[in-house]
Amino acid sequence: MASSNLPVDRSFESGVLNGECPGAVLPPECLWKKKKNGFALIECPQRIPCNPCATSCPAGAVRPFADINDVPRVDYEKCTGCALCVAACPGLACFVVDLTYGEDLALVKLPYEMLPVPSAGDEVDCVDRTGGVAGRGSVVGVSEPLKDHTRVVSVSVKKDIVSDVRAIRTVN
Amino acid sequence: MNPAVREAEILVVGGGAAGLCAAAEAAVAGARVLVLESDLHLGGQLVKQTHKFFGSKDEFAGTRGFKIAGKILDEMASCKDKIETVTNANVMGYYPEDGVVTVMVGEDEYFKVKPARIVMATGAQERLIAFPNNDLPGVYGAGAVQTLMNVYGVSPGDRVLMVGAGNIGLIVSYQLMQAGVQVAAILEAMPNIGGYWVHAAKIRRLGVPILLRHTIKAALGDVVVEGAIVRSLANGETFKIDCDIICLAVGLSPTAEILWQAGCEMKYVPELCGYVPIRNARQRTTNDDVWVAGDAAGIEEASSAMVEGRIAGLDAAASLGYEIDESRFGVYEERLKALRSGETASRIRAGLARVSANGFLGGMTSDGFQ
Amino acid sequence: MPLIERHPILDFKHDGKVEFTFDGKAMEGFEGEPIAAALHSNGVKIYRETPEMKRPRGFFCAIGKCSSCFMVVDGVPNVRTCVTPLRRGMAVLTQRGRGSVSIAEGEARR
Repeated sequence: MASSNLPVDRSFESGVLNGECPGAVLPPECLWKKKKNGFALIECPQRIPCNPCATSCPAGAVRPFADINDVPRVDYEKCTGCALCVAACPGLACFVVDLTYGEDLALVKLPYEMLPVPSAGDEVDCVDRTGGVAGRGSVVGVSEPLKDHTRVVSVSVKKDIVSDVRAIRTVN
Repeated sequence: MNPAVREAEILVVGGGAAGLCAAAEAAVAGARVLVLESDLHLGGQLVKQTHKFFGSKDEFAGTRGFKIAGKILDEMASCKDKIETVTNANVMGYYPEDGVVTVMVGEDEYFKVKPARIVMATGAQERLIAFPNNDLPGVYGAGAVQTLMNVYGVSPGDRVLMVGAGNIGLIVSYQLMQAGVQVAAILEAMPNIGGYWVHAAKIRRLGVPILLRHTIKAALGDVVVEGAIVRSLANGETFKIDCDIICLAVGLSPTAEILWQAGCEMKYVPELCGYVPIRNARQRTTNDDVWVAGDAAGIEEASSAMVEGRIAGLDAAASLGYEIDESRFGVYEERLKALRSGETASRIRAGLARVSANGFLGGMTSDGFQ
Repeated sequence: MPLIERHPILDFKHDGKVEFTFDGKAMEGFEGEPIAAALHSNGVKIYRETPEMKRPRGFFCAIGKCSSCFMVVDGVPNVRTCVTPLRRGMAVLTQRGRGSVSIAEGEARR
């Protein structure tokens, strides 16, 4: 068998979030649709000892942990979409999705620690949770909020793929 | 030949996460510390970690591993008149009758140390699994691959097959991609990943398949690795994966030889991945002069290794009569408890319960327990 | 295998270039890095041949414990090349078999 025909594995158990599992609670749509700058989505379904999302949130929107193993919960009344959690999360599990970016376009802010670092204006492949191309996107900005080599890439994508886009791949 | 005998109040064997924290803690308390590290530089596994650590602020959560090593070295530098470090130094033997430790530096130099107390922070060794051709050049331990690429900046190969989806397999796969190396797939014999789910998610979205219930059947190649035969444990199907490196991340075993030589009571604890010494809540073993910390005490995370090191260093200093703030034990114990309270640490909790089977763990004073 | 020139997180300081030989062939590496790392960056993966089965062996554990990377360095066999720093002018040889040191040679080194 050719190495390109690798068998399909079981998804959640190998790190792919799907609709049935907890850990990706979407923001309430009525608030989300109108929220400028967007809301944080935290795809962290497993209890592990880790709390930087909560301790780094300047708005207190990631609810304080009673136990360091708590799974993060976002208070959408407080979340400003600043994306500091995107930069701070050691597991690269935080994303911000802004549905107000345009008529058909949304802005997805995601963590990026690879090379090459894209620049504003670049067209990139937007990939889903298994690395499959969900569509093209356009890089709107790249920042390094914590000056620690974790970039936050803001990419505009068609609204209908925001629930799939979780990473970018640069194209030549 | 009559080799020099070095003096030390506290000898720390191993300059990794646990050992450096033990040394810093003991030196701050006032003890004279000698740290022996077998590698060419201090920092152990920390210096190879490019990912940000989990845990809380107290364990430098959000800081990359190699930066954490720098922070601990800075802390040691603040009491550098108390700490001596020797790298490329291997402890060859411990002689409990006279308390002498013998050391080789590199391949030529030899000396002895007669310390009053010893903190064993010897870490772990990688496991190997059996398959045809597993000795071919190109079959490398995951830690070795990390050393090559993250410490020395040498690309290990073009395309890697990772065996094992525990935290090390997942993290090293991500690091390989950061170094520009392709990862063909990650194999995992179990029906689920062993490492943190978020580490797997990071890799999956980069397009790397994690093949659960799969294992390596054979490495291919005449003199170096040219590929691998992979087998599904679910249906027995086999197929070939092209790769020039097979990276083994199939677990670690505590490095325990010196603890055996020291006469510490040892116990085989599968949850801690091998033979580990019985010890009390302050990391003191049944040899009153010997403490243990980090992976040598049972395979766990670097975060908890650092806290164990601090407890061991503090208690060893206290046992020599140095004045310490007793309340710090409580602080460190709380941190360990928090780090070990999640579902992912259930194995660790079960293992620790077994090394405390005879009542050594918990409620002991630093004055010993015999 | 080449050196990693660009990395998103790490800055490598590849400095202190020195010459050494591998089986008589001139190579370049960096002073103080493990001999095994220098060989690997020159594309050398086979470090020794086992005594009985004549199997090739190379880099494996990188912590000086497994004996896979034993080589003959400046005439001394069984040198753990993964934890032995490279020095200018070192003569590194593929080790075949167990290696041997005559007493005379041992004395000559002193």
